Parts: sequence; structure tokens; C-alpha cells
Amino acid sequence: MKTIQTLTKTFEFSPYISILEISYILASVLFILGLKKLSHPDTARNGNLWAAAGMGLAILFTILFHKIKMDDGSYHGIHNIGWIVAALVIGTVTGWLAAKKVKMTAMPQMVSLFNGMGGACAALISMMEFPRMQEHLAGAGATTMLNGEALAILLGLMIGGVSFAGSMIAFGKLDERIGDIRNPLLRYVNLTFLVVLLAFVVFVMFKAPVAGENWMIYLLAGLALIYGVTFVMPIGGADMPVVISLLNSFTGVAAAMGGFLYNNQAMLTGGILVGSSGTILTILMCKAMNRSLLNVIVGAFGGSAGGSAQEGEKTVKEISLSDAAVLLSYSQKVLVVPGYGLAVAQAQHLCHELENLLASKGVELKYGIHPVAGRMPGHMNVLLAEADVAYEKLQEMEDANNEMTNTDVVIVVGANDVVNPAAEEDPSSPIYGMPVIKVWEAKSTIIMKRSMAKGYAAIENNLFFMPKSRMLFGDAKATLQKLVAEIKNL
Amino acid sequence: MNEILRYILEYKEAIFIIILSIFLGIEVISHVPSVLHTPLMSGANAIHGVVIIGAIIVMGHADNPVAMILGFIAVVLGTLNVVGGFVVTDRMLEMFKKKKKQQ
Repeated sequence: MKTIQTLTKTFEFSPYISILEISYILASVLFILGLKKLSHPDTARNGNLWAAAGMGLAILFTILFHKIKMDDGSYHGIHNIGWIVAALVIGTVTGWLAAKKVKMTAMPQMVSLFNGMGGACAALISMMEFPRMQEHLAGAGATTMLNGEALAILLGLMIGGVSFAGSMIAFGKLDERIGDIRNPLLRYVNLTFLVVLLAFVVFVMFKAPVAGENWMIYLLAGLALIYGVTFVMPIGGADMPVVISLLNSFTGVAAAMGGFLYNNQAMLTGGILVGSSGTILTILMCKAMNRSLLNVIVGAFGGSAGGSAQEGEKTVKEISLSDAAVLLSYSQKVLVVPGYGLAVAQAQHLCHELENLLASKGVELKYGIHPVAGRMPGHMNVLLAEADVAYEKLQEMEDANNEMTNTDVVIVVGANDVVNPAAEEDPSSPIYGMPVIKVWEAKSTIIMKRSMAKGYAAIENNLFFMPKSRMLFGDAKATLQKLVAEIKNL
Repeated sequence: MNEILRYILEYKEAIFIIILSIFLGIEVISHVPSVLHTPLMSGANAIHGVVIIGAIIVMGHADNPVAMILGFIAVVLGTLNVVGGFVVTDRMLEMFKKKKKQQ
């Protein structure tokens, strides 16, 4: 301990300027480069490591070199180092294990959970700094709390709280523990809540500081948590990735508030960088679904839309396993369109097996990946990559659509909304305008599905009733297993 | 009006950083392919875990039991965000990398 202290002393240029500032500049640069690298497939993994290195540097140097100015003008380093290290160890071990053990399919909710932790962390910081600030201002004889520091504290708490509560709800929804509440009134409740929340922040700022009177901060925390819940609650489960991305940028802004408060450049750049890039990412995701952010938040999706369902008996045609096996073996080009159902059933490895089996018979099998297939953009690519499916076998939606008329058989595995013709044909459909994979243009389509239940967007799919469509009911994994066995027996 | 100008002057460095960072954030990721949306979101998620520095600072100057407990929780949560975020991102990207090698 003593040697560490003498060692750190040599890096302190004066009581309050040390190598810490340089480490923050380095950390900021690493964050920026990391994010930049993360946006290219070849460098992405390195980028992540760079950002992590920047983070480690900032944390280590903060513990060693951070100084705070006391009221008597002296500078003190970080106390309670033992406790801090203990908390770091607990967090590291838990976070590491959770991240390593989580199944690939459950990745989105994990990201949501971690995001919520960051939001809660930001909120807690504000809750601890508020009493201190108020005491300070009251001591200085200020008549209001109208200053940047108070604003940063209050906004940090508000945004962090909303982000925490919202992320927890998003986590619950993706994990299918929480259902949707679709009540049109809720959007007015939400709007009112937001106004009340902002008005309360203004109210607190105009209040005269009274040392020890801290009820406002607890009330604000409570309001923020409730708003976080009511904000996410009415949004459909299918839109959760967009919500998580949005809450992610919220947490970034909350972290930046902390940076403002402590005049800490690493927190400021890191937080704002995530805040702005997160917002752009959210907008990009909305664009991939051909919807506006407002449309997602207000939640126009699902529920009431039944307009396209013409009355009358509509029947689906089933196909037997042996017929499906024959059909596949004697085709030339097969396209698999995977959806979340495939991920849930853990059937990606069987898909790969089917691909190899068909390849041995001279049948070419490719995968058509819709940008929002699965629970998150790019989720499906990750899952198939896990099952050793080669990169060049994965076709993007446009390429798949271009080759569709030459495709003999399309197998839709656990996908629904991304292959719904209503997106092209039915202007009254809530997903009208969303780009979809036009599987109905192929020579024939086999749809593997557990039941006739609706997809995540809760709308009817006319594809199932089309003349070229054949249904193959059952769990994706079990059905694929039987199909593979059947083809082997041919 | 004078008040507002005074605040701007007082926080001008922070304001500069904020504005530049906003543009930087937009610029850095505006051409990302949709395949990388999920890992990128996850990576950004880990980066905002930088809020842990604030938690360490508060914890480092906590002088009463309540502040100690809250600070301890804050540091644990912040660490979860950082470590979990980076490890999850790495796991996602590992899948992509493995493929590249086999080709």
C-alpha cells in the first residue's frame, strides 16, 4: 500500500493536477476509436476491446488519482478503497458470469438488463449528490437552486430513473414475463406524466435550498421510476429493440450529466457519444422497419387491426414430412427464412445440418435474413454464425428478393411478420410499407410453425392461405430433425 | 440575460465537449450495416457504463452509512454495466470472427 502511494505521488504534478487528466483524454480517444471500429465488421471485435481498455484505464486512474476539493481548501484522495474494490469485484464476477452464461437467444434482454444497471447507477449518484449540494448552497446563502450543478443532478436522476425502470420492463417483455398493456388512454397518461416530471424539476430548481430537506429527491426518483414503467408498458414486445436502443442513449445522457457535475471529461465524452450515436442507431432501426420513432413510441402497432381479414372460411394446406423431403431433394435452389421461432427452438444447428445434407444432393441452400429477423437487428446473423453457417450463405433481404422467382422452395422457419404480404398489399395493415422477404414469389413455400398463432405484431398473415403455400406444423427443432431423417432415408 | 450568459461562460468547456461529441457520435456510426446494429448497441451500452467513475467518486467521499450503502450499490451496478456490456458484446462479435477464419 505504501509503495503504491509513493508511486502515485510521482505522477501528481500539483495537489490537484495529476496524470488523471491525461488518462481521461486517452480514455475518450479510446471510446471514440472503439465506437468507430465497432461499426465495421472486420474491426468490430477490436473496437470493443479498445473501448474496454479505455474504461479500465479511466476506472483505475480515478481510484488512484482522483482528488476532491474540501471546504477548507485542502484536497483529498479517494477513501473507502477497500469497499470500492469489493464492489468492483462483486460487479465484475456477477457481470462476467451473467454475460458468459446467457444463451445467444436471450442476448437482447441481457443488454437491456445491463443498460438498466447503468441507469440506476446514474440515478443513485444524483440521489447522493443532491443533499450535499443543497447543504452547500444553503450554507452559501443562495435563494434558489438555479444552477448547472442542480440541473445536472436532477436531470441525471430523472433520466437515469426512467432508463432503469424502462429497461427492466423491456427485459421482462423480451423474457416474456410481462405482457403488453394496449390502452389508447395510456398515451395521454404518459404525456401528462412527462409534463409533471419536467415541471417538478423546474419547481425544485426554483426552491430555496434548505439543508437536510431532501424529500424532493425521493419524490422525483419515484416519479421517474413510474414514468419509466408507463413509458415502456404500452409499446409492443416486437418494438423492444428500438426501445432498448432509445433507453441506451438515455443512460448515455444520464452518464454525461454526471460528467457535467464532476467536470469529468471521460464521463462527458463517453456519455454524450453514446447519447447521440444511440439516438442515430434508434432512428436507423426504425428506418429498417419503415416506421418513425414517434410511431413506435406512441405504439400504433397491433391489436385493433383486423381490417384485412375477409370473412369466410380460409383454409391452409398442410404438407407431409415425406412430401416435403421429396420436394426439397429434387429442387435446385432452396431458401431458408429464419425467424425468432428458430431461435427459440434452438434449431439453427439443424438448419446447418439440413444445408449440408442437401448440399450432398446437389441442392443449394441459402438463408434469407430480414434486417429485423429475431428480436434485434442482426440477431439472426449472430445465431446462425453460432451454428457454423458460412457467411456467404447468408443473403440480405434485397438479394434474396431478387433471386426469389428462381427459387424452387422457400422454408420459413418460425418467421411470420417478416414474410407477410400485407406489408406490400394492404394499406390498412399496421406493417404496410415495411420491407419484407417476398417468399410468395418462389415456386413453392413451406412454412414451419408451431400453430396458426399470430406473429409478434399480432396481425393476420395471408401468406399461409396462398395457393403455393404449404404448412408443416410442429416445433421447429423437432420438425427439422424429422425432415433431415426423412431426407436421409430417401 | 446576463445570468444566462454567465452560465454559458462558466460551463463553456463542457458545452464545447457536448456539442462536438454529439456530432462525433452521429458521424462515427451513421454508415453502420444493419448486421452490426445489435453488437454496436451493446458496445455503446458498455461505454455509457463510464458512469461508474461518478459512482467511485461519490463512494470515495461517502462519510455516512447511508451514503456508503448507496455508493456501494452504485459501484456494483456500474461495474455490472461495464463488465457485462463488454463481455456480451465480445461474445456476439466472436461469432462473426470465427466464421471469417474458416473461410
